[in-house]
Amino acid sequence: MHQYPLWKTLTLIVVALFGALYALPNLYGEAPAVQIATSSGDPVPSDLGAQVAKALEAGHIAATASRAEKGGQWVVLFSDPETQLKAEDVLQRELGSAYVASLNLASTTPSWLGKLGARPMPLGLDLRGGVHLLLEVDIADARKSAVQRYLTDLPNYLRGQDIRYTARRVAGDAVQLEFADADKLEKARAAIAKSYKELDVSVVQGAPAPTLQARMSDAEAKRIVDYAVQQNLVTLRNRVNRLGVTEPIVQRQGQNRILLQLPGLQDPARAKEVIGNTATLEYRAVDETPGAAQSAAASGIVPPDDDLFYTRDSHQPVLLKKDVIASGPQLLDATPTIDPQSGTPAVSVTLDSAGAAKMFAFTRANVGKPMGVLYKETLFDTNYNAEGVAMRERRDVQTVISVANIREPFGKRFQTTGLQQKEAATLSDLLKSGALAAPIVIVEERTVGPSLGADNIRRGTHAAIAGFVIVVVFMAVYYTVFGLFADVALMLNMIILVALLSIFQATLTMPGIAGIVLTLGMAVDANVLINERIREELRAGLTPQAAMTAGYERAFLTIADSNVTTFIAAAVLFLFGQGAIKGFAVTLMLGIATSMFTAIVGTRTLAHYVFKGRKLKDLPV
Amino acid sequence: MRIFSRVPKIDFMAQRKVALALSIGLTVLAVALLFVRGLNFSIDFRGGVLVEVVYPQGVQLDDVRGQLEQGGFKEAVVQYFGGTNDVLIRLLPQSAGPAADDGDGDSKAASAAISTKVLDALGSAKTGVQMRRIEFVGPEVGKELSEDGATALLFALFGILAYVWFRFEWKFSLGSIAALCHDAIMTMGFLSLVQEEFSLTTLAGVLAMLGYSNNETIVIFDRVRENLINMRKTAVLDVINLSINQTLLRSIITHFTVLMVLFCLFFFGGDSVHSFAVAMIVGVIVATYSSIYISSGVTVLLKIKREDLVPPEDHAKTQGRDKDGAVV
Repeated sequence: MHQYPLWKTLTLIVVALFGALYALPNLYGEAPAVQIATSSGDPVPSDLGAQVAKALEAGHIAATASRAEKGGQWVVLFSDPETQLKAEDVLQRELGSAYVASLNLASTTPSWLGKLGARPMPLGLDLRGGVHLLLEVDIADARKSAVQRYLTDLPNYLRGQDIRYTARRVAGDAVQLEFADADKLEKARAAIAKSYKELDVSVVQGAPAPTLQARMSDAEAKRIVDYAVQQNLVTLRNRVNRLGVTEPIVQRQGQNRILLQLPGLQDPARAKEVIGNTATLEYRAVDETPGAAQSAAASGIVPPDDDLFYTRDSHQPVLLKKDVIASGPQLLDATPTIDPQSGTPAVSVTLDSAGAAKMFAFTRANVGKPMGVLYKETLFDTNYNAEGVAMRERRDVQTVISVANIREPFGKRFQTTGLQQKEAATLSDLLKSGALAAPIVIVEERTVGPSLGADNIRRGTHAAIAGFVIVVVFMAVYYTVFGLFADVALMLNMIILVALLSIFQATLTMPGIAGIVLTLGMAVDANVLINERIREELRAGLTPQAAMTAGYERAFLTIADSNVTTFIAAAVLFLFGQGAIKGFAVTLMLGIATSMFTAIVGTRTLAHYVFKGRKLKDLPV
Repeated sequence: MRIFSRVPKIDFMAQRKVALALSIGLTVLAVALLFVRGLNFSIDFRGGVLVEVVYPQGVQLDDVRGQLEQGGFKEAVVQYFGGTNDVLIRLLPQSAGPAADDGDGDSKAASAAISTKVLDALGSAKTGVQMRRIEFVGPEVGKELSEDGATALLFALFGILAYVWFRFEWKFSLGSIAALCHDAIMTMGFLSLVQEEFSLTTLAGVLAMLGYSNNETIVIFDRVRENLINMRKTAVLDVINLSINQTLLRSIITHFTVLMVLFCLFFFGGDSVHSFAVAMIVGVIVATYSSIYISSGVTVLLKIKREDLVPPEDHAKTQGRDKDGAVV
């Protein structure tokens, strides 16, 4: 008889123990919890635990556990949902607006397992409920606003260089400038080419007047799109943080898409409102021509360089120049404050250096003249019609919130006044979380309610248990002792598979469960191949021990070959699939790998120790 | 428990021409079905809006339709899903109701808001209607998912083709691809026949089925190769027949266990894996047949020879082994 290598046995034992340890957290359930995060998105301070304990004690609420979570959040567990609701109320009140307390479910895995890094598999949105949104950033708009910026910047620059132009306009995705003669055009061309390296400058042939055309280079256009997507990503992250969702996912997908996953969020309408909310400020010069605003409002004819708006308080018409001095994307910080001179609520604004330079140049040249602040916001109103049916409507609000004379030149820091108390707070909040650099549209939505999620978990578990029992009973009946070996291997396979998925923190989805169940059925294929082969070798007249060795050896290549093709299909799914389908592919690939290990090494080791040193006439296969 | 005490002696290859003719006929039928009847694509591929809601008590579908019509959704498809209190509402992209024609060029943004409007139209707050799930797939995303799906199918086929070529030989490779195409077409033809919904999950089922189906073929081919090396005096056709017979029992048992777990998914797994289970069940059953008749049949048709698999230097080795008798 061959000596069975000890290392194989040891490896098997070690793998089994590790598997059991890391699969263990999945057996613990989840308890109702309150999750606390800072509204700024920063990690919670270390002394929050004491504050939480004090607040709960004052409210006579008993928590079962209270701990810091990965990702800088604090989680408090409770025994039942009523206590959880009461606690959320108390905590939100006691901790104030610097924190967001939200209802959640948290794992009851004991802390010693957590310290070893053993965590349960996170559940996908289809199992725990939540909102999945795929957003597309409007690239065309990002480019358009960049072109608009150049339409203002280039003439300003030429003026600074003392080069006169006669007309300016946007032509497609380029800016065109007209000049009185070819000499000025050539000067302008050289100057722009020197200072604006990101622009492709060319002379327009066949134009009535000497015309220069400046277009963004492809690299610059790509950079602008990248920037817009990145900026939106940051903005969305900030906004999502304020929703108080556990483990939200906000990530870029492809060139111009953003994936948003909000587990546990039950109200998709609220999510859409918050992410779609675009509030921004624009600082613009005021057209001071006497009576122009009134006549524009009356006749509807607005001067070509102006836009007509109304003031918020008195609803007076105001004409603002089309040129924007500074706007949302250039705002670095905004905080609510009280204007020391008037004692009214105000927002203190900080601009980035580009915005500050422009603001300083403008205010220096225009001391004593008025500057208007335009407030732009997209609102979603819910109204009820005659039948009491809710109607949600999207409304764009554009109002002038202040027209004030410039008292002195300013740049980086200044105040915007003329707001109400609550507005100052919300405006600064919205400005701080950043304006979206380009509009976004939702191109895919998948929302799963909590009841469907719970149903899916129950159904998946039932299917898995039923499948497991049927396979185990069948193998034991059909192959007797060798069938039992296969059953032990199958059990071990499940444990290792779950452990690996937990270690990788692969998200468990419904198709993922299907993958696990499928693995159950396919894993025993290796044992069927081996056992049938052993039977054949026995029939061929080999001694039991020799038949066993031959069976394992000859079946091995077949098992490997046949598994590779399933693996190829799973790998293709992994590459091309997304979301839940990727989850299925991962489970299938891991399942194939683990099943080969347990079905071959596992059963071989068992067979070795069970039949060691026995004189056998036949094998119980 | 042993079903056969001996290896069965079924002359599979004698029926191969009849089987091939039958398969070609069925495949043509399935293709025709796919063209005429088409697949019942889910919104994953078609785009549109799907909302599932649960009422506290049973409702009449006409009442739900009435409410939706008042909300401006005239084209909504409304049906029961499970019980009479569980209702599924579908809207195709072109029938997406009032939100789609708000005329400000913002119709894409508006269609994501449809799901919200549907819930509002049902008066969710007042009547205690509970949202179970909302799915919205924009037309562009739907198109991309379809393209990705088709690419995935092709890549899987080519991946398997390359692997079998590498491990065996091109005649085997073509044989297994013929079987795979047959399985895929038959499975999708069946899905078209019963109009089972074809979603991303269903596609995953079809791909997983292809991987698994080929597993069958490989087990037979592996045995053919082994037998060709060891039984040098037997005719190739007989070797193939013997190999199929030798692996027959294993195929039956493996299929049995896989089918059992698939039926568990079918009966207990619920709606989200239902079509996945159907695709795989049909595929596994078809694969049993195709791994025997199609993959082996086509390989024989391509006039497979011993030399294709056993290089000359191996002949010497085999002869040496034959003399020694035992092969371990």
